Amino acid sequence: MEFTLTNFLLFMVNCVLTNNFIFSRYLGCCPFLGVSSKVETAAGMGIAVTFVMGLASLFTYAVYHYILVPLQISYLITISFILVIAALVQFVEMFLKKSMPSLYNALGIYLPLITTNCAVLGVTILNIDNKYNMLWSVLNGVFGALGFLLAIVLMAGVRERLESSNIPKAFKGFPISLVIAGLMSVAFLGFAGLGN
Amino acid sequence: MREKKTFRGVFLNGVLNENPTFRLVLGVCPTLASTTSATNSIGMGLAATFVLVGSNIVISMLRNLIPDKVRIPAYIVVISTFVTIVQMLIQAFVPSLYEALGLFIPLIVVNCIILARAEAFAGKSSVFLSAADGFGMGLGFTGALLLIGAVRELLGNGTLFGNNILGGGFEPMLLAVMAPGGFILFGLILGIVNAITDRISARKGAKA
Repeated sequence: MEFTLTNFLLFMVNCVLTNNFIFSRYLGCCPFLGVSSKVETAAGMGIAVTFVMGLASLFTYAVYHYILVPLQISYLITISFILVIAALVQFVEMFLKKSMPSLYNALGIYLPLITTNCAVLGVTILNIDNKYNMLWSVLNGVFGALGFLLAIVLMAGVRERLESSNIPKAFKGFPISLVIAGLMSVAFLGFAGLGN
Repeated sequence: MREKKTFRGVFLNGVLNENPTFRLVLGVCPTLASTTSATNSIGMGLAATFVLVGSNIVISMLRNLIPDKVRIPAYIVVISTFVTIVQMLIQAFVPSLYEALGLFIPLIVVNCIILARAEAFAGKSSVFLSAADGFGMGLGFTGALLLIGAVRELLGNGTLFGNNILGGGFEPMLLAVMAPGGFILFGLILGIVNAITDRISARKGAKA
């Protein structure tokens, strides 16, 4: 894909709205349901994911094209990518702790959770499957994560209101959250066709 | 005092009491993504079971060798090895399933159920019991997926395992097999399962 302003904008709309990670691809549902009870923590998680997904896209691109392909061991893609992501998350955590304590205090507790966020491993494998070059890989990671941020913040907003409402006991917690996520997903279906 | 753990007890615990999908609500992404049809559900469930049993056995064998500090990365390496094996097997023998599940086969690595069982059970239990736990959890996951997959396929297509069940007069609810339907139906089924188990445990409580 050539890099033009039109392509860029279409790609952005496509990643954030039309093919939203949560609502149309089912990636990253665990943190989406687990860390969405307050807007602030949801935003913190979303920003941490954005940071890691951008970096992970860059590093896994390099690992795949400069290590796995030349050595003809591309079947090790899953193992190597998950290790790159785990190492990256650890590294980002140490770096933030040392040089940006304020940011670390805000994002620190979410970082270990990101290793097992399937959206991160998912986006890096999608980048390879879709044969994106380095630039589009990173953009795919960042915009995809922004879509995740949007979804989790919207969800947290709804769930804060839910605290005070009267829900049948059996539906408290996960079941009602899933139904709400479904309704939000219907709304996001409205974006289908946009940006393609 | 806790009773001694038996193969059967651990196995049934995984299938029923601590069903990973309905009781622990782990592994939501593969649950939603693979339940568009009953066949896909079984495929995903069995693939995850294979990985769970394999990784539980290996992790349990290595539990005295892996230093505590690096246990999570070590578990991840073991799990992703089994995922790579299962991915190659599916690609070679069931290419249609490989097409249908696509991205979600490598993503079994980050299925929380598997890491959670490695951490909570296999890391501190004998090989035999860990295998039982892997089987139990895996089949519990498969059963839950099959239930959701069957409901979604029936509503969305009027079919079950590809056989037409509801007849020609049935207008398929396309939404059920699309992304929103997955969330909504999983939520509803989870709520119903909760209501049933609450009632059963209330009855048990009344008896005792």
